[in-house]
Amino acid sequence: MIHITKRKELLPQQVLGIRLGAIALALVVCGIITAMLTGLNPISVYGAMLNGAFGSQRKIWILLQETAILLCVSLALTPAFRMKFWNLGGEGQVLVGGLAAAAVMLVFGSRLPNALVILLEIVAAVGAGAVWALVPAIFKAKWNTNETLFTLMMNYVATQLVAYYVIVWEVPKGSGKIGIINQSTEIGWLPQIGSYKYLLNIIVVAIVTIAMHTYLNYSKHGYEISVVGESTNTARYVGIKVERVIIRTLLLSGAICGLAGLLLVAGTDHTITTTIAGGRGFTAVMVAWLAKFNPAVMVASSALLEFMGRGAGEITTAFGLNHSFGDILTGIILFFIIGSEFFITYKVNFQKKGGKSDV
Amino acid sequence: MLANATESIPSVAPIGFEFTGKGTMADKQPVVRMRDITKAFAGKVVANSHVNLDIYRGEILALLGENGSGKTTLMNMLSGIYFPDSGSIEIDGKPVVISSPKVAFDHGIGMIHQHFKLVNVFTAAENIVLGLKEKGAFDLQAASERIRQICDAYGFDVDPNQKVYDMSVSQKQTVEIVKMLYRGAEILILDEPTAVLTPQETDKLFAVLRNMRDDGKAIIIITHKLHEVQDISDRVVVLRKGEYVGEMITAESTTEEMTTMMVGHQVELNIDRPRPVNPKRRVRVHGLTVRNSEGILKLDNVSFSMYSGEILGVAGISGSGQKELLEAIAGLQPVEIGSIEYVKDDGSIDQLIGKDPLEIAELGVALSFVPEDRLGMGLVASMDLTDNMMLRSFRRGSSPFTDRKAPKELAEKVVEELEVNTNSIETPVRRLSGGNVQKVLVGREISSSPTVLLTAYAVRGLDVNSSYMIYDLINKQKANGTAVLFVGEDLDVLLELCDRILVLCGGKVSGIVDGRYTSKNEVGMLMTKLGGEAR
Repeated sequence: MIHITKRKELLPQQVLGIRLGAIALALVVCGIITAMLTGLNPISVYGAMLNGAFGSQRKIWILLQETAILLCVSLALTPAFRMKFWNLGGEGQVLVGGLAAAAVMLVFGSRLPNALVILLEIVAAVGAGAVWALVPAIFKAKWNTNETLFTLMMNYVATQLVAYYVIVWEVPKGSGKIGIINQSTEIGWLPQIGSYKYLLNIIVVAIVTIAMHTYLNYSKHGYEISVVGESTNTARYVGIKVERVIIRTLLLSGAICGLAGLLLVAGTDHTITTTIAGGRGFTAVMVAWLAKFNPAVMVASSALLEFMGRGAGEITTAFGLNHSFGDILTGIILFFIIGSEFFITYKVNFQKKGGKSDV
Repeated sequence: MLANATESIPSVAPIGFEFTGKGTMADKQPVVRMRDITKAFAGKVVANSHVNLDIYRGEILALLGENGSGKTTLMNMLSGIYFPDSGSIEIDGKPVVISSPKVAFDHGIGMIHQHFKLVNVFTAAENIVLGLKEKGAFDLQAASERIRQICDAYGFDVDPNQKVYDMSVSQKQTVEIVKMLYRGAEILILDEPTAVLTPQETDKLFAVLRNMRDDGKAIIIITHKLHEVQDISDRVVVLRKGEYVGEMITAESTTEEMTTMMVGHQVELNIDRPRPVNPKRRVRVHGLTVRNSEGILKLDNVSFSMYSGEILGVAGISGSGQKELLEAIAGLQPVEIGSIEYVKDDGSIDQLIGKDPLEIAELGVALSFVPEDRLGMGLVASMDLTDNMMLRSFRRGSSPFTDRKAPKELAEKVVEELEVNTNSIETPVRRLSGGNVQKVLVGREISSSPTVLLTAYAVRGLDVNSSYMIYDLINKQKANGTAVLFVGEDLDVLLELCDRILVLCGGKVSGIVDGRYTSKNEVGMLMTKLGGEAR
């Protein structure tokens, strides 16, 4: 007979052990499945994954850049999540941030000096992201609407908005794309540090990580967010204005999403498409949850997800496999990581007959 | 401990024990025999250690012990909620493995928990048959008929067609008991059944329990109210710190003996009640009328005053407007009409209505509030002691960052002075026991030297030691000149502690009586009927 009981809290090293064990087990299962389905040697498949992520200097830079952007969106969602406000609108908030940045580059690119354009586009992107999160926040604060659905719907509005402006601004006419904005003048492009295209983004996100960690754990605002998230009754009891905290926190959440949009549009891509957010608004939800809303741990969880994504991409090209195969492996690994949470919270007792149980 | 073992006792009985169940002397075989039961949580906290317990038919057994002594855990193992780490359970002499509540049911064991497990929108009958897998068509009519028979047999007062949301707490509890009997329970466990009842309701409950005992059922009542043990039980088993410490025949023991066995040392069971020193009017409530969020009238034209250095008790059946009254004064409950005035030492008056807790604090009113829902309102369950100490004071200072130094010192002080039992001040409060949670909350609330202290059910669920410590703390506040509002449910305590007692009945002030000269009966009458008996 199997009996499931709840554990008391484990030591951090025990938790880490369970998680690492889960990853190791996931790799073994992935290996078996790979060998069974494709007949390939799993070791060489793993080799290809590593190669895809770390194979060359360029690949490492791309991995770091992708990790940074994903981490940025995850950090943006975290204050809302700590407040138990399930902001699933990261995607849309990133998109409108990017759109605002692109608009500033296009409209003011030939009229204002570069520094002013960059300043304007920062304000516009951050502001647009904040406004996109503000709308559902107001509805939640005033009328207690369901934020999950509301933020999700705002994503579609943002996508359509971007689709519209892509047609308005398309170059050349009829192509359905904007192309690289200000390609000859590079006005409104975020400055490049030395010869490293992605370094600025990485540094910005590193600063945001430290700032968010400090904000959430040591500031009065961060404390209020935790209290509201745990119990709005307690918050009211000590005079915290819950509505104000919800709105303030979502402004911050949306603003950082807008920043991620800015980094994508003005920092690396220099264009805007409807897919520029690339599903990061949703992947970030997983990153944040895996890290239990702890910014420091999020560095690791976003890196892990990006590594698996890049590695999965590589094996499809290296072995001529369908791209879905990479997704299968990613799915297996995530299944084990998320499943390990069960064993962290619960203990499974196997019990012999006669009323005695193993301890 | 009993020493007079007689030859008629089976030799396997662990301790000398004389059976006194009425008219059932022939039935010496215990219906339940728990042997050497040990249960630890996560391998660390030992809730029960090698406990032996025999339960007999036709007997009411009181399981007595302080909070955290393992009474509820032990009974949860009998009813299949927990599974023992080691030890054995026999029912009617046959070893059994109780692996789930369903298995417990199959053996005729039913437990009535402190929190009822009823579906509000269903009728009594629907709740009673819910989840039963009876053969044939679902026949609510027949079920109602059987429920009526059970009610007639034992003297219950249940209307099978009444919806649960229309019921009083006492009626809901009755439904729970009938539910167990309907399912054929022979062994009935009640976990602190009187905590939510008025004295009159308690008497009614005890009457049906006696009927059930005389019908040959085994009844176990978990409690720490000594006068109820005296009143209802035939035999008392005492647990302390998870261990069996002894048992006695109720009729041959005094409450003093029980207390001593329960806490392990002699306890003074008197509450001090000094005369208020130089009382001055502090709070004047006038014509207060409050509707809850559903628009139901919860307080109707309530007027009274609170004085410095005085404890004003509030008595009433639960749900008579106590919660709304406290929350209105604390600035948490919107008020329809009326006024709540705070009188400062210099005689100036501030209106508290329309202000939230922060604005009230900014007026310079040192108002502390120990709410009924300790973990859901007074504290943040997942935060540690330090962060909980900070709840009231975290805004202090102009820095955008929190200062955890002062709260940490306060947490250490509270832990030491109030003897909070915790591993460290970094422990989340949800992992503390009920009494310790309350000490943390009260400790924080009185640390700001309040001029007004509101407490709701300050000792609910607390053991004797912790309760007396809380009374002591409240009395100290009284001596400091604080105006205390003490909402209580135990009339014995209200009568011993409070200078005056305000009795609420259906949201109205039924009467304000002098705590020194009133009687339990008078207060009980005021609680159930506006103005008490026809005068």
